[in-house]
Amino acid sequence: MLDIEIDGKRIQVPPGSTIMDAARALGATIPHFCYHKKLSIAANCRMCLVQVEKAPKPLPACATPVTSGMKVFTHSELVTAAQKGVMEFLLINHPLDCPVCDQGGECRLQDIAVGYGGTASRFRETKRVVSPKEAGPLISMREMSRCIHCTRCVRFGQEIAGVMELGMAKRSAHSEIQTFVGRSVDSELSGNMIDLCPVGALTSRPFRHSARGWELSRRESVSPHDSLGTNLTVQVKNDRVLRVLPRENEEINECWISDKDRFSYEALNSAERLEKPMVRVDGALREVEWNVALDYVAHALKDIARNHGVESIAALASPHSTAEELYLLQKLMRAVGSGNVDFRPRRADFSSDGQRAGIPWLGMRISELKTLEAALVIGSFLRKDHPLFAQRLRRLAQAGGKVSLISVAGDDSLIDLFAQIPVAPRDLAATVAGVVKAAAILRGVAVPAGLEGVEPRERAVAIAESLMKDGKKAIFLGNVAEQVDQAGQLHALGAELARLTGASLGFIGEAANSVGGYVAGALPTGLDARQMFAQPRMAYLLMGVEPEFDCGNPREAVTALGQAELVVMMTPFRHGAAMDYADVLLPLAAFTETSGTYVSTEGRVQRVNGACRPRGEARPGWKVLRVLGNVLALPGFEYESSEEVRDEFIPAGASFIENLDNGIALPLAPVAAVSAEGLERIADVPIHFADALVRRAPSLQRTRDAAEPVARIHPQTLDRLSIAGETRVRVKQGQGEAILPVRADASVPPGCVRVAAAHAATARLAGMFDPIDVERA
Amino acid sequence: MLTKESIQKIDREIAKYPAGQKQSAVMAALAVAQEELGWLPSEAIEFVANYLGMPPIAAYEVASFYDMYDLEPVGKYKLTVCTNLPCMLSGGVDAADYLKEKLGIGFNETTPDGKFTLKEGECMGACGDAPVLLVNNRRMCAHMQPEKIDKLLEELE
Amino acid sequence: MAILGAIEPILTAGWDGDAAWRLRDYVKRGGYKALERIFEKRIPADEIIGEIKKSGLRGRGGAGFPTGLKWSFMPKDAKGDRYIVCNTDEGEPGTFKDRDILRCNPHAVIEGMVIAAYAVGAARGYNYIHGEIWALYERFEEALDEARAAGFVGRNILGSGFDFELFAHHGYGAYICGEESALLESIEGRKGQPRFKPPFPASVGLYGKPTTINNTETFATVPFVLNMGADAYLAAGKPNNGGTKLFSVSGHVNRPGNYEIPLGTPFPVLLELAGGVRGGRKLKACIPGGSSAPVLPAEVIMDCAMDYDSIGKAGSMLGSGAVIVMDETTCVVKALERLSYFYHEESCGQCTPCREGTHWLYRIVHRIEHGKGRPEDIDLLRGLTTNIMGRTVCALGDAAAMPVQGFLRHFRDEFEYHIENGKCLVPPEVQRAGSTFFKATV
Repeated sequence: MLDIEIDGKRIQVPPGSTIMDAARALGATIPHFCYHKKLSIAANCRMCLVQVEKAPKPLPACATPVTSGMKVFTHSELVTAAQKGVMEFLLINHPLDCPVCDQGGECRLQDIAVGYGGTASRFRETKRVVSPKEAGPLISMREMSRCIHCTRCVRFGQEIAGVMELGMAKRSAHSEIQTFVGRSVDSELSGNMIDLCPVGALTSRPFRHSARGWELSRRESVSPHDSLGTNLTVQVKNDRVLRVLPRENEEINECWISDKDRFSYEALNSAERLEKPMVRVDGALREVEWNVALDYVAHALKDIARNHGVESIAALASPHSTAEELYLLQKLMRAVGSGNVDFRPRRADFSSDGQRAGIPWLGMRISELKTLEAALVIGSFLRKDHPLFAQRLRRLAQAGGKVSLISVAGDDSLIDLFAQIPVAPRDLAATVAGVVKAAAILRGVAVPAGLEGVEPRERAVAIAESLMKDGKKAIFLGNVAEQVDQAGQLHALGAELARLTGASLGFIGEAANSVGGYVAGALPTGLDARQMFAQPRMAYLLMGVEPEFDCGNPREAVTALGQAELVVMMTPFRHGAAMDYADVLLPLAAFTETSGTYVSTEGRVQRVNGACRPRGEARPGWKVLRVLGNVLALPGFEYESSEEVRDEFIPAGASFIENLDNGIALPLAPVAAVSAEGLERIADVPIHFADALVRRAPSLQRTRDAAEPVARIHPQTLDRLSIAGETRVRVKQGQGEAILPVRADASVPPGCVRVAAAHAATARLAGMFDPIDVERA
Repeated sequence: MLTKESIQKIDREIAKYPAGQKQSAVMAALAVAQEELGWLPSEAIEFVANYLGMPPIAAYEVASFYDMYDLEPVGKYKLTVCTNLPCMLSGGVDAADYLKEKLGIGFNETTPDGKFTLKEGECMGACGDAPVLLVNNRRMCAHMQPEKIDKLLEELE
Repeated sequence: MAILGAIEPILTAGWDGDAAWRLRDYVKRGGYKALERIFEKRIPADEIIGEIKKSGLRGRGGAGFPTGLKWSFMPKDAKGDRYIVCNTDEGEPGTFKDRDILRCNPHAVIEGMVIAAYAVGAARGYNYIHGEIWALYERFEEALDEARAAGFVGRNILGSGFDFELFAHHGYGAYICGEESALLESIEGRKGQPRFKPPFPASVGLYGKPTTINNTETFATVPFVLNMGADAYLAAGKPNNGGTKLFSVSGHVNRPGNYEIPLGTPFPVLLELAGGVRGGRKLKACIPGGSSAPVLPAEVIMDCAMDYDSIGKAGSMLGSGAVIVMDETTCVVKALERLSYFYHEESCGQCTPCREGTHWLYRIVHRIEHGKGRPEDIDLLRGLTTNIMGRTVCALGDAAAMPVQGFLRHFRDEFEYHIENGKCLVPPEVQRAGSTFFKATV
């Protein structure tokens, strides 16, 4: 440890610390613009100049390493003069447009200018004018004259987002931050650059000119999207959410959020919000009062139970629901007498149900990711499925960790991968089995039964080796690994690999309550999410699910719903397809409008309160289910609060869930290479179509990530199919088909057709990883 | 985008740097591209960036930082006149004025026939030969008094 | 002819004829003897560094840092790559000596670099050559081919088992790349933005590896120091200012050009070598060390000796040895305006005081020159230079501020005259008479 004295206060800091680090540890404020604790040091703004004993010149606190016995002065005459000088330079070309600047009131430059700026300017020339720049639908770069060239945005792209999309072009006072010839900033983390910008140069395009920072009330919340449990601050004015910002939590999202987390709030104010209950009367959906709707549902359910038996009723929930909603839905179903309940609509293989040792989870804390020596991710569109989890792996790789990826596409993860093996979905298990076998051979133990016929690929051996090294290692199963029909085997193979290598095994988890659903027991004792549509039921209760987009086999689901006598949809939104098959629509409060709990992938219990009143007559899901239970005269539905609901399945005060265990009793099935006869579909869930909220966020829908699906096929496969010259093709799965633009893409494994799921253009297709045909359109 | 010959030149530059340091060749590669195309359209910058495995904006930063790259089309002959202090003391500004009048254009302008573009240059490291000017970044002309400027323009006709 | 004159030439001896730059000519003049002797006698690296230290050789690029000391900063036992880099990005206005070295004696640079590489244990080197002197970039590559073919560069040099690969890298128009860390950034394929120091290149340099960077003239001098011996070299100059140095004389002299003189030679002798003030006019001022050095009025410079210490004592810097001579027809405001424009345009734009400060300085001086000065401008200029100096990432900020301070210190009355009268103290017809553009014969 090194001794340092700052303004007479002493502290010890570890070697390698800067003066800024020491000052922060002491709680001393040193003004700065370019410094950011998560970014590399640029030392370009020069605002943090301090005086160091014996140094002839003032030194930047952010870049000067502490030496033992150093004495620093942050308020001496020399320092004050330097800081005032820098402030004056920063302001000479900065427009005095604070009254019309979106950053006004939350601007670093404004704040620091109060302390260090003069009252009048000595600069009497005309100010520099920088032409507006284009950067896509999320970031506005209309007022680049405000830029102070701190390059935080540039460094963020290079270091955190993993892709340099902004740069500082030209030089001298002509320097300008811009994208390459006006292209859009496409990173799924781009919005963080708005937060990082210390002035009003990069502003939020959706939020622009809609409110002043001080008019907004700030409410703590948690992202309802992916499984990380990202902490949010939801900002509200007049009961409308106008902005969402990261709430710093070093253990989860650090100071970042993804664009999905940031801009999905626009959907809360969507015209598609369902504001009143609706019931189908004489073939048409009519708005009715809540009591009418709930009575209708209760009667219809009783009728169906009486006439067709309780097994003819099924319930499916979205894993984005709150844990209380998931708990009450399954409780209601079981009270009615049906075990047909599930919360995993995209799952195709349920062979691990009943074989698990506990609740599947990440297998470690998120914050432990940075301590890994090696990690293997299996079956994931990492960046788009889990932007911030991918960011942590990116940083891990930057720090020398060996990150490998075995998945169904060669997408650029923007991670400096140790090894990447893109394979057809049907080869996924065999490829992982190759790593398992290689690990067994490397350890000198018997090859696990069932894997005798496996031939490890060269890179599989390298991956196994990376996992055999000393230190902490982890294996992560991604969304694809849970969606393919080999999901159970992948789980078992992962467990075996973990056993052989000493790595931990984990599931990244698809949604905000992918772990919470297990905790809430929203699991089938009857038909699972796939069976309940494969074997059509008479009545369906759907909570937050939009079957065309959210089900692994939308064609099967929609067909089953079409023949049912009763389809009850509890949802914040109305949408076209539901209007055809729904009999009852019950308006649910969205995530900012209800209290509830999310259990993240690391088992962390996070409770949120409503940030604003529900839209229209929408009601929190837990209340709707409670009243439905009451109307059905079911016992145990007398809740006064959502906390009471939660206390039934999560011990009060628990911050982490117990009984998390990724062990599995499923035996390894003999794995053999599958002959590649027909074509196989690869379905990614595009980031801005993954749930009902993002689908309705207009700004996200204008990003490149929201582009119309394209059938992407390996050029060799295109040649084999003799459709190389075509611009559009017809893709078919059974009776379902879609006509899509086609593109040759060498990152798609041969023999496969990549067609996105969760999109209106592909909603008539069948299973995400099922066989598919392609022909001329 | 570029001829085989240009690509060979770029490959030769790449070979100067250690493995994994292809980006070091970006300045040379942009110069090669500009030599072939006359200037650097954004497609050429992107081509070079992709060829060297770097982000296009990083290549653009380089192309826009260094003076000798032309991000706008220039005439067949780009004349860059040094007007820095040592040259100015020996007639550099006079030489620029003389050229402006003869060609009928100002700095950063191109003659209507597309033949000449005039640029103001910074120190070329040839102050003892002032006034100096560069033709197309490659040929340095020293002691550019009126009669030598006349001769040069004739030769470039 | 590149070298117009010399007093007891060391570096420039034998620079006659068009083929002087060829390997054969260089060898005939005793070239590569120093390298051969090192390998023949297996002279240890430490001994070479010691010899360079003893010679008093100081960096010829401008900062004047002792060369041997710089070499000794390279980590002794750290494993891995290390680099030698030569800085021929000569763009400091007034400086044109390195250009002539590459024109007449590229092999001296190569030999100096190979010796340095051996001394610090580097296996790879680059010579970063100013983009504007393209023909000499090509010549250097040709000289490298000769050296490789002769076994002076490449694998197993002269059978010693020592490998050293050397390449040329060209700039493309950015003054800032003469700053060593900006130069390294530029070699790495980025904008030439200086790095914050520490760490210095000797510990974190090119590609993050230990790197020694020296100026062209410094490297070119190394073989001669070793050939004649440290003591003899030191004796050629004066203590702490060893040897001879190339001075680039430009501006209002009869024979602008490069001159090699022993350090410590009186300025009037150098002026005389350069043919005296043009047209027999009166000397008004002189910038003794490149455009960044504060200007000195005639009466001060005429009493100076040309060495680091003497010029420093007079309130300026020897810098790169670029002597810009201005006679009585010079408008100092116009001269400063041109320099301020240069620094404003050449600031890399990275740090606030330089980016904004150079811009502001230029705007004010420009205004004064164009008759729009204000009485408070002189104090404002002074204040701004204080706010720039010592607060920037690299020395460009200081380089932009020092000329302003120098001109204001010695010629304040002319600035005040400009501000008060909206015109120059030197009448326009006198200024015009000073122009040689239409009269010069070369």
